[in-house]
Amino acid sequence: MNKDPQPPQWATAFLRWYCRPRLLEDLEGDLYEYFIRNVGRKGLRRARLTYWLDVIKFLRPYTIRKIEPLTFLTYFMMLGSYFRTSRRNLVRNKLFSFINVVGLAVSMSVGLLVIAIVNDLRSYDDFHEKRDRIYRVITHHQNDGNASTDLASTSIRTAQRLARDVPGVENFTILRNGFSGDAKVGQHTFPLEGTWADQSFFKVFTFPLVEGDPLTALKEPYSLVLTEKTAKRLFGNTHVLGKTVRFDTLDYQITGVARDVRHLSHIHFDALLSFASADATMGKKQDGFYNWDNVWSNYTYMTLSKNGSTAAIQRALNQISAEENKALLHRKVTLSLQPLKDIALGRKLSNNMGPRMEPITLWILGGLAFVIILSACFNYTNLSVARSLRRSREVGVRKIIGAHRSHVLGQFMIEAVMIAFLALLFSFGLYLLLRREFLALDPHIPEIFKLDLSVPSVLSFIALAIITGLVAGFLPAVFFSKINALSAMKDASGLRIFKHIGLRRVLIVAQYTLSLVFIATTLVGYSQYKGFLNFDLGFTTENILNIKLNGADAAILKKELSEIPGVTRISHSSMVPSVGSMYGFDVKYRPSNTSPGDSALIWVNTVDENYLPIHQHKLMSGSNFKLRPEKGKESELIVNQQVLKRFNIGGRDPQKALGHVLSVDGQDLTIVGVMKDFHYGTVENKIEPVMFRYSQSEPWGYLNLKIAPTDLESTMGKIEAAWKRFDKVHPLKANFYDDQIEDAYSQFSMMVKVIGFLAFLAICIATLGLFGMVVFTTETKLKEISIRKVLGASEPGLMYLLCRGFITLLAVAALIALPATYLLFDKVLLTRFAYRQPIGIPEMLGGALIVMLLALVMIGSQTARAARSNPAKILKSE
Amino acid sequence: MKGTNLGEFEELVLLTIAALSTEAYSVAICDELERYTGRSAKLGVVHAVLNRLEEKGLAKSHLGDASATRGGKRKRFYEVTHAGKVALMRAKELREAIWRNIPGFNLEGSI
Repeated sequence: MNKDPQPPQWATAFLRWYCRPRLLEDLEGDLYEYFIRNVGRKGLRRARLTYWLDVIKFLRPYTIRKIEPLTFLTYFMMLGSYFRTSRRNLVRNKLFSFINVVGLAVSMSVGLLVIAIVNDLRSYDDFHEKRDRIYRVITHHQNDGNASTDLASTSIRTAQRLARDVPGVENFTILRNGFSGDAKVGQHTFPLEGTWADQSFFKVFTFPLVEGDPLTALKEPYSLVLTEKTAKRLFGNTHVLGKTVRFDTLDYQITGVARDVRHLSHIHFDALLSFASADATMGKKQDGFYNWDNVWSNYTYMTLSKNGSTAAIQRALNQISAEENKALLHRKVTLSLQPLKDIALGRKLSNNMGPRMEPITLWILGGLAFVIILSACFNYTNLSVARSLRRSREVGVRKIIGAHRSHVLGQFMIEAVMIAFLALLFSFGLYLLLRREFLALDPHIPEIFKLDLSVPSVLSFIALAIITGLVAGFLPAVFFSKINALSAMKDASGLRIFKHIGLRRVLIVAQYTLSLVFIATTLVGYSQYKGFLNFDLGFTTENILNIKLNGADAAILKKELSEIPGVTRISHSSMVPSVGSMYGFDVKYRPSNTSPGDSALIWVNTVDENYLPIHQHKLMSGSNFKLRPEKGKESELIVNQQVLKRFNIGGRDPQKALGHVLSVDGQDLTIVGVMKDFHYGTVENKIEPVMFRYSQSEPWGYLNLKIAPTDLESTMGKIEAAWKRFDKVHPLKANFYDDQIEDAYSQFSMMVKVIGFLAFLAICIATLGLFGMVVFTTETKLKEISIRKVLGASEPGLMYLLCRGFITLLAVAALIALPATYLLFDKVLLTRFAYRQPIGIPEMLGGALIVMLLALVMIGSQTARAARSNPAKILKSE
Repeated sequence: MKGTNLGEFEELVLLTIAALSTEAYSVAICDELERYTGRSAKLGVVHAVLNRLEEKGLAKSHLGDASATRGGKRKRFYEVTHAGKVALMRAKELREAIWRNIPGFNLEGSI
């Protein structure tokens, strides 16, 4: 037996918490006596249990602590006193107050931004009345041998089965994306994009109609519901019920006008077309329209009936999938439900509608904000504890007058919270600035976020201030509450304030490590990003202007453009490679007539004969397209080296590969040229097999203009004028290739900007904190310095003495931060990029050096001042 | 303040306090009661009664010295106040008065 058995601590703590002080001591003793007795009789476990039960049983009216109005009153009165002393302290120590308030305000403004972002994402789709019962049917598509895909879209067949076979579904609706056409209203033509939706759309979702009957608006074929904005654009007013809009040869009747879609909605539309029209225009003509495996552009949403369960519906969906999959070869389609509220803030799905952010991104953002706020809290903790010498007298007096430990604890917590609230005021101003900058960071951000103030967000702001204050104030409060009143009064210097120096060192090292990690991350990230932009793609993108076409044959435009002196050459292409979009075909290759052949997905671009010269693709063998066939009759094909490698054509020799035939989409095409490998996808991915097909004209594709770099402005003006003559409906969409590539990597530049900003904040806060510490240390050591000086110490020697400690701390921080950042990039972040830049020494060390230099200048200036002070004056003044 | 009427259990507890004289603290009272009545006396019940007796002014308490056996916690010793003694006497007299008025009551006859 090494120790007596003890009753459960928590139970005792609970008893102490609720029990009246007068009754507590003997009651605790009684229970202990019984506990010891029970240990002997029933064993330790039973005894502990009994003790717990007894403690709970004693929770009776006569034992519970009375809440005395007088105690409240004292607290209330003391609150005033706390407030006053805190205010005086704030004013007296202007430097420390400044460091604390600025640090907290700056860091909290980031926190406010993250709160606003989270708040926005969480309130997505909140305006639907049945939001808790709306689910989206999502699809898992598994192709044998390929990676599976999760899709937000489903087949129309799913919706049809849902109608017949699934109990517990109150309503369901089908949406189909991708309507795009030119709306003719009278003499005018407007480009219009729309969404098909069936008649239950307004039953499932809450999109109020200003005019028209929501129950029948989308029932008949060729019905059209416009939003108010679209109605104004087309007609100039919103009283358009019953009017017709002409698309090509079909007249659509307007059956409703919907209020404009709210900002925070994952479904956005300018116009809704009845799904019956999709059935009439496409469903009756296209073969696969209603197929079970046509899962690419339709969305099914349903509302659960009030007492329905998702489990039952999931079972029914599983059964439907099993039945329908029997008819499929080599692939499987399975369905599941996704709650409406998980759409904006949920997992990644292909073909997703609207904005989406993964919770992990938010956690990372929140984590970064947390770390920054924590850094500012460290400042507060550090400076308060360091200054404890000056306030220990006050604590001593309070304690002697009768303050409990808890009172002192409360006082310092309240003080910290007060400072946090003061910081909140400033940080709100900063937040307003920050919000504007954030929204301007990327053109997509204002589409996703509004960042308006709302009741929950304001409450969260206040909660943030309180929590920050409590975190910042906790350690100082504990420290002050432990001060012994007597020793504080008798001899303040006897207080061992340097006892906590270890803690302060740890906090400073943590702050600096953080700052260094941030700045190294920024610089390395920036160099990687620059690397992406300047990556040798295998072809040139310089001075190429890509113009998007809208379905019209561009022969006339091409002729006009070619007459502009600044335009040297023009080509056609169906897409712009290397900016993220990809199109592919299943291609079959038979080495000989007898072999079964091999097929693979090959990425494709359809181009004309000018494309290769303009982009300076290097041909390893063969030549450019020679024939100029009509659409659909081409016979030539140019491939890259990866295609030869994939099919092992001609022993991968570009020369021998010429003349081999690939079957693309049922067409036999002969390889006439082999290109050097180039990047068709983004640099994140490995180079894959790509082929170029021939087409004279791509009405939905792009014109690629090689522009002379001189006098760009007038050339652009002329191109604009030519476009206006050519197409009066659509605005010109022309972008330089280099800008498009920059756009494709905009997420990286955004990330670099965000991290860079955080790095800036972290450094500011850490520097402020260090500054405060240096000022404090030199101040307290002023007398020591003077004596040393009198005894003959040199100024550099004194400076070294004062700096030494801080410099060691910075060195430790750098030793932790730099390897950590290197490993983070080398082993985690950069592993998903196929072509990455080496991590350079300048990027790693550059930031660290700047931060160190900043810190050294600061420490140096302060210590130099102290070392240069006149010892006679200082020693005399005491 | 409630009246000074004694409930039956209150009376028993008060008597036990008197019987234990200087050793009357809650655990001892419980044990003593158990010994007299043969029923288990729960600390919770006894504690509540002690508290009530004190409130009525029938008993008073003071804290004794600390002892190691109770985890360093002091015992609260109870003693019967003058009012308590009066109440006990009154209860006893009341009973005896009624007893005296029962004619020919003896245990043997009832068997």
